[in-house]
Amino acid sequence: MASHIISYKTLALTLGALLVLTCVTVGASYVDMGRLNVWIALGIASLKGALVVVIFMHMKYESRILVVSFISTLCFLAIMIGFTFWDIAFR
Amino acid sequence: MSLSSSTTDHTGKKLGMWLFLYTEIILFGGLFVLYAVYLTIHPQDFIDGGKELNRIFGFANTVILLISSFAVAAAITAVQKEQKKTALVALIVSLLCGLIFLINKYFEWGHKIHNDIFPNSETLINGPKGLNVFFGLYYVITGLHGVHIIIGMTVILVALIYTAKGKITPTRFTLLENAGLYWHLVDLIWIFIFPLFYLII
Repeated sequence: MASHIISYKTLALTLGALLVLTCVTVGASYVDMGRLNVWIALGIASLKGALVVVIFMHMKYESRILVVSFISTLCFLAIMIGFTFWDIAFR
Repeated sequence: MSLSSSTTDHTGKKLGMWLFLYTEIILFGGLFVLYAVYLTIHPQDFIDGGKELNRIFGFANTVILLISSFAVAAAITAVQKEQKKTALVALIVSLLCGLIFLINKYFEWGHKIHNDIFPNSETLINGPKGLNVFFGLYYVITGLHGVHIIIGMTVILVALIYTAKGKITPTRFTLLENAGLYWHLVDLIWIFIFPLFYLII
């Protein structure tokens, strides 16, 4: 099985980035920006999630079927969230 | 045994694991939709609820899970590089992280329950409706996540034993990879739980 080996250095740098982003999200929560706070928190969380999926979960080195099926799942999630709010917003 | 390894479908096993993880994403996604809808209905109660949660605990648990995720990923690299000892140490570290996470959770929940904040408690039933919903979601989502931590630790323990016994090798490590994928997903979900519950202002 020809599998890509992720170096310890890459993994450590990813961990470092994740820890820095965690501090950033905690710091941002002390600044009151109204409704923007939730979006900033979700943005940073998504960035952290992307790092976990792409590096830790090897998605960067996976075959197309995994990449496409993962993105499809995200699209499905977006449809679920989008349609729910479409309903809630116009009641 | 060594002969059968040539017929093992690694890609299929991994795809199967990912298909299962997609259902997990939708499961927690559904709960996050509930959270988002109630947040728009009761914004002030959710902010008050978030202030009740201890940020230090939340932050510590985030760091712990990130380190354990790194440890599992490092264990896979170690197995691929034929560094069995490093792999075993890394897996033990990730198990310990999981344990510390659960101990933190025990104290956190214990403190809340002591302060009469739990489903069906007098404080929540007679208090604002949104606060009741916030803590209802808090207990369901962190509880379900805690169950996932326990399952993840069990799977990592199995991978640890298999690695120690030499059943996981540089050419056959799909079990370890799938255990790692599950553990990363648990981490991924916490990455969203932390700001939504602990950092809301």
